[in-house]
Amino acid sequence: MLKISDLHANASGKEILKGISLTVNAGEVHAIMGPNGSGKSTLAQVIAGHPGYEVTGGTIEYDGKDLLDMEAEERAQAGVFLAFQYPVEIPGVTNAYFLRAAFNELRKARGEEEVDPMEFLDIMEEKLKLVEMDATMMQRSVNAGFSGGEKKRNEILQMAVLAPKLAVLDETDSGLDIDALRIVAGGVNALKRPDNATIVVTHYQRLLDYIVPDSVHVLAGGRIIKSGGKELALELEAKGYDWLLEPAGV
Amino acid sequence: MTVPYTDQFAAFSANGGGEGPAWLPALRAQAFERFSALGFPTTRDEDWHFTSVTPIAERTFKAVKAAPTALTLSDIEPWLVDESWQRLVFVNGRLEPALSNFSELPAEVQVSTLSEALREEPEWVKKHLGTLAAFDRAAFTALNTAFMQDGVVVRIPKGEVVEVPLHILHVTDTQAAGAAVHPRLLVVAEAQSQLVMIESYVGLGQASYLVNGVAEISVGDGARVDHYKIQRDSLEAFHVGTVQVTQGRDSIYHSFSYAAGAALSRTNVYTKLVGTGGEARLNGLYVLDGTQHADHQTFVEHLAESCASRELYIGILDGASHGVFNGKVYVDPIAQKTDGKQTNKALLLSDKARIDTKPQLEIFADDVKCTHGATIGKLDDQALFYLKSRGIGSDNARALLTYAFAAQVLETIEVDALRLLLERAIFARFTNLALE
Repeated sequence: MLKISDLHANASGKEILKGISLTVNAGEVHAIMGPNGSGKSTLAQVIAGHPGYEVTGGTIEYDGKDLLDMEAEERAQAGVFLAFQYPVEIPGVTNAYFLRAAFNELRKARGEEEVDPMEFLDIMEEKLKLVEMDATMMQRSVNAGFSGGEKKRNEILQMAVLAPKLAVLDETDSGLDIDALRIVAGGVNALKRPDNATIVVTHYQRLLDYIVPDSVHVLAGGRIIKSGGKELALELEAKGYDWLLEPAGV
Repeated sequence: MTVPYTDQFAAFSANGGGEGPAWLPALRAQAFERFSALGFPTTRDEDWHFTSVTPIAERTFKAVKAAPTALTLSDIEPWLVDESWQRLVFVNGRLEPALSNFSELPAEVQVSTLSEALREEPEWVKKHLGTLAAFDRAAFTALNTAFMQDGVVVRIPKGEVVEVPLHILHVTDTQAAGAAVHPRLLVVAEAQSQLVMIESYVGLGQASYLVNGVAEISVGDGARVDHYKIQRDSLEAFHVGTVQVTQGRDSIYHSFSYAAGAALSRTNVYTKLVGTGGEARLNGLYVLDGTQHADHQTFVEHLAESCASRELYIGILDGASHGVFNGKVYVDPIAQKTDGKQTNKALLLSDKARIDTKPQLEIFADDVKCTHGATIGKLDDQALFYLKSRGIGSDNARALLTYAFAAQVLETIEVDALRLLLERAIFARFTNLALE
């Protein structure tokens, strides 16, 4: 589904990603771990199409298409979803309006009919339960005045509504208490299907107790320095990153 | 340059303008004399530095012809907003009783035209009219005072809470092309009373005219006045409006000023906090395009202890439009525990749009908390990316964020029908979509 080959990317003229290669197949969950400043978030943002990063080399193939040739909105319409580390507040635009606008953009892109507010309400009812959010949240402005946990749950709610093929969760666990973490992870697990894939970017192993990965990759200094199964995450939790960094020359 | 108005003032005085109790023609004469001496302001005046009124000064606006209007209720219906509001409708400066309906106000509340009030309670009017809005240094206020005609007088007795909003709608149409109207409003909200008032200005048909309004509002001890001013004059029109407020102990004056019309507009909102514990909330939104120019000036005088002032003005400027915000705050030595906050944010949608913003704080007390902030900018890139990452295309994402920028201040409107009206208007203007 996703094939990243020798990806290089700059931010403000500084090289952050220095040759990333990663293949993710349908039905798989991949965890990207690594110390702060290793390039994890950059990789997530580059996949989603953030214009602040300049891709200087390599390719990303998604569903047989050249992902790097697509605008951020085209990627979303093609099924790519990024759960933001810092979700943006949009005062004055209700969650209900925002979600329905996004939902309909995706439907339009697939040549489907748009849904009206009443139909959308029905769709939302079930999705709200998934992340244990109250319906009143739909009438509040997008993320405005939301707590950290509410913002992250709202990201998973959007993911549930937009039903992506490829979901990238960027430090979705940061700042979450254990209950919120359980709800967020439960949502992600419930949305897992054989035909979609998830990339979980995280600093801590904690989230991986709830979202069990098929593969774990350690990103450091802009490169993947080690890949392994889910047991690698436990090893990192016990030993930290240092034992990997020095042999890799980071 | 004021000579042409001399003849007009003489004609006005000879033809009805001299009527009323003896003090009134004297007040008018004094005001006209002051206007003649001052002349129109120029950009050399500090208060008018960024706004040239040359287009107003270099021509002579006629008096409006006293002709009956052909407008019917269906013509003005779109501007009534909410049928349940009590309304006084003025067309080209004259009250139109057939279009007005304010019969459902509580009997204790007095709402009348200036001429009626002068007939029935001349002494009471004398005590208030012209005492708040000083004209010794304000040429437009002097001009209004000289020529004011069909004004509105509102008196809310002690403790009376008026639940239903009072709408004062000024419609100007092509009959008033080339003319000036000088609306006058006097509101006295006595102790513990409450009033919600919407003062709106609309232009029907593209005509060039001058609206030069003055409002005097006295908010008594423990009283609250919510005052919404909605300016949607013709894009060829000129609009100058001054609101002068005085606030008693523990009173609240809440003002919201919306400016989307007129080629050139200037809105002054001045309040004096004279009793302890008073609160002034001054908010506004201006949405400009083309070569429109809109200037807002606020002046909050903290003249007593423990008063609060909160200001939020938002501007959205497109085309080659020009916005000005000048927020003055004065804190008297006696006004300890003053809590003042002022924010002005402008969004420039085009390279040719321009905003001049000038906060002015004069603080003479030591135990005060006063802040001001001004931001001028473009849409937030991270927010744009957020919307795009959800599949929303660039144009719609920009439109939604432009709307969201305005929404920060629209949410301070406490009259639901009015907030919805403006939310829908702004949403439609920037998005081509409908807000349900």
